[in-house]
Amino acid sequence: MEKAIKKYFPVFVLPTLIAFTIGFIAPFLLGIYLSFCKFTTVTDGTFVGLKNYVKILDDPTFLHSMWYTALFTVASVLLINVLAFAVALLLTKGIKGTNIFRTVFFMPNLIGGIVLGYIWQLLLNGILAKFERTLTYSSVYGFWGLVILMCWQQVGYMMIIYISGIQNIPGELIEAAKIDGASPRQILKSVTIPMVMPSITICTFLTLTNGFKLFDQNLALTNGAPSKMSELLALNIYNTFYGRTGYEGVGQAKAVVFFIIVGVIAVLQNKLTRSKEVQQ
Amino acid sequence: MKKKRLIAVLLTAAMAAGLVAGCGSKGGEEKAKTDDKGGGSGKVYYLNFKPEQADQWVDLAKQYTDETGVQVDVQTAASGTYESQLKSEMAKDEAPTLFQVNGPVGLATWKDYCYDLADSDVYKDVQSDDYVLKEGDEVKGIAYVIETYGIIYNKALLNKYFELPDAEVKSIDDLNSFDALKKVADGIQAHKDDLGVEGAFTSAGMDSSSDWRFKTHLANLPIYYEYKDEGITSTDAIKGTYLDNYKNIWDLYITDSTCEPNLISSKTGDDAASEFALGEAVFYQNGTWAYNDIKDNEVADEDLGMLPIYIGAKGEEDQGLCTGSENYWCVNKNASEEDIQATLDFMKWVVESDAGREALSTEMGFVTPFTTFDDYLPSNPLVEANDEYTKAGKTPVSWNFTTMPSENWKNNVGSALLEYAQGTGEWDAVKTAFVDGWAEEYKAANE
Repeated sequence: MEKAIKKYFPVFVLPTLIAFTIGFIAPFLLGIYLSFCKFTTVTDGTFVGLKNYVKILDDPTFLHSMWYTALFTVASVLLINVLAFAVALLLTKGIKGTNIFRTVFFMPNLIGGIVLGYIWQLLLNGILAKFERTLTYSSVYGFWGLVILMCWQQVGYMMIIYISGIQNIPGELIEAAKIDGASPRQILKSVTIPMVMPSITICTFLTLTNGFKLFDQNLALTNGAPSKMSELLALNIYNTFYGRTGYEGVGQAKAVVFFIIVGVIAVLQNKLTRSKEVQQ
Repeated sequence: MKKKRLIAVLLTAAMAAGLVAGCGSKGGEEKAKTDDKGGGSGKVYYLNFKPEQADQWVDLAKQYTDETGVQVDVQTAASGTYESQLKSEMAKDEAPTLFQVNGPVGLATWKDYCYDLADSDVYKDVQSDDYVLKEGDEVKGIAYVIETYGIIYNKALLNKYFELPDAEVKSIDDLNSFDALKKVADGIQAHKDDLGVEGAFTSAGMDSSSDWRFKTHLANLPIYYEYKDEGITSTDAIKGTYLDNYKNIWDLYITDSTCEPNLISSKTGDDAASEFALGEAVFYQNGTWAYNDIKDNEVADEDLGMLPIYIGAKGEEDQGLCTGSENYWCVNKNASEEDIQATLDFMKWVVESDAGREALSTEMGFVTPFTTFDDYLPSNPLVEANDEYTKAGKTPVSWNFTTMPSENWKNNVGSALLEYAQGTGEWDAVKTAFVDGWAEEYKAANE
């Protein structure tokens, strides 16, 4: 068996590995290289050393975007996970029509970000127009608009993951707790939540990275207005890239910094929630 | 242990392969070139800037292919995405052979890609060097369309206003200064129910489909007058002498309008065009290119006129419309010889053949700077309005916004204008973005 695996290892791994290399590793390495270059198109870079990174420090919008993104991520991670978990709990109680509800909640996830952004822009502007405001009146509107949009889109997806986690809890555990006289609240706190910890790890990881990397929705909903105040990091990078002649490299350098930040946070989060998981 | 080593080897190989793939594109390009040489004829790939004429270009390209057998692909970038699309297209093996820059600042980005057009037939057809972008003796770009913008107005509605008993201005001839324009606009706004309109001006939308009308085109006027005073054609630091005038006209646009100033961030270019086309507003700042969007609606062609944008500068009675070009053709130097030749032939055909001239003038409605177009003038009432001003001896306002230091500058001015309009910012922010921003952006883009 061991030998067979070894023998066919390349056959199974190579196609994916090649695709992964072309689609991810190569552009990634090229991207890192370009962050040290001055270039117009990606094939004509000239090496300029750390200049691009120095220019990031002069850019106050990058720092603002960083804080704005961090706040947005915190708000969206909390709300999405709490809502998704609550919905998942409800839909594992065996209510009539559970399947329909699950499908309905999952559906928004199938719509692309740009389309969603424009739809919600129309909806929210329609409501705000009653108060003579628009989404881009201040970055606060944009912020909560984005949070609402992201909840609507992602709650369904996270719900599915939580439902599978909840359904995997062995029935005898809950039963034993009930016999011992635990209240529903105690069961939730001491049995359900510890048992779905793996799902929580996955869901927080997904919402955290999604929050940080958010681009389409931001572009379509507010496009950073007013005055770049509702500009998340990814959009800031994009605008740096195209905003000025000769700033393509700076945008690229920001992207590398961005990657490091997201990477570090994702690893920390993974470690933190993993340590809380229990072995069955 | 062995397995681990195998994985390590594979990963390393993958990374190496990645590097090869990264550099590989160049090799591919060369190969494509030699293939073309074998084939004989080149092909044309035009990345078009003007979405208004997207379909017409595709039709014209097809006509050329039917006639000559040379393949011509036309792609049009969506509004506001030309630079980003050009950047990614130029990195491909099949890069555009014909592309556009918007003026001196755009050329700075792309000059290393521009083929010298000094010996081309198209250059020989250009009326004067005012319509080309040069670097030294090299001709890098050639304008193919001259456009005009101003305040488009609805003659029928305006006449209705002139007939009102308390109208302060009684004829279009007296409407030749900012003060008169303000009187008329205020009057229309006050009588909007009598006139059956929603407002004097169409909504000053600050959505990205419309904000360029103000952060770029309207901002041209204070720049124009300052350049004129200083006797310069570009600068590394603007003074902002005419910013108060800029404020006055902006105030007028947002107060005497079809919508509340704090709603303009959600208004689009289509909103403004439809308000004007349906007769809900009298004035609409836009250019000759807008004719296609507003014709065949409520407003008859003979009711279309265009006013100069008066901002209250000295001597503005003699000011004409804003005329210039931000559409320069450039040929990609890095394309194969055959493709370059095919592109030059295509350009020649467009400006010299009957079919090409017909398409450009009649179908696309362009006024061109080419000598070959004397008998081909577009039937566009807005273009005719411009001719009248020129004949009357008014001085056209040149397009100086092509010297704005960067996209970022325009965006920052636009954001400040919006914040001022909706009351969340002060006019000082516009000043800062305009004056300090100019120096900063100029420095950042030119170091």
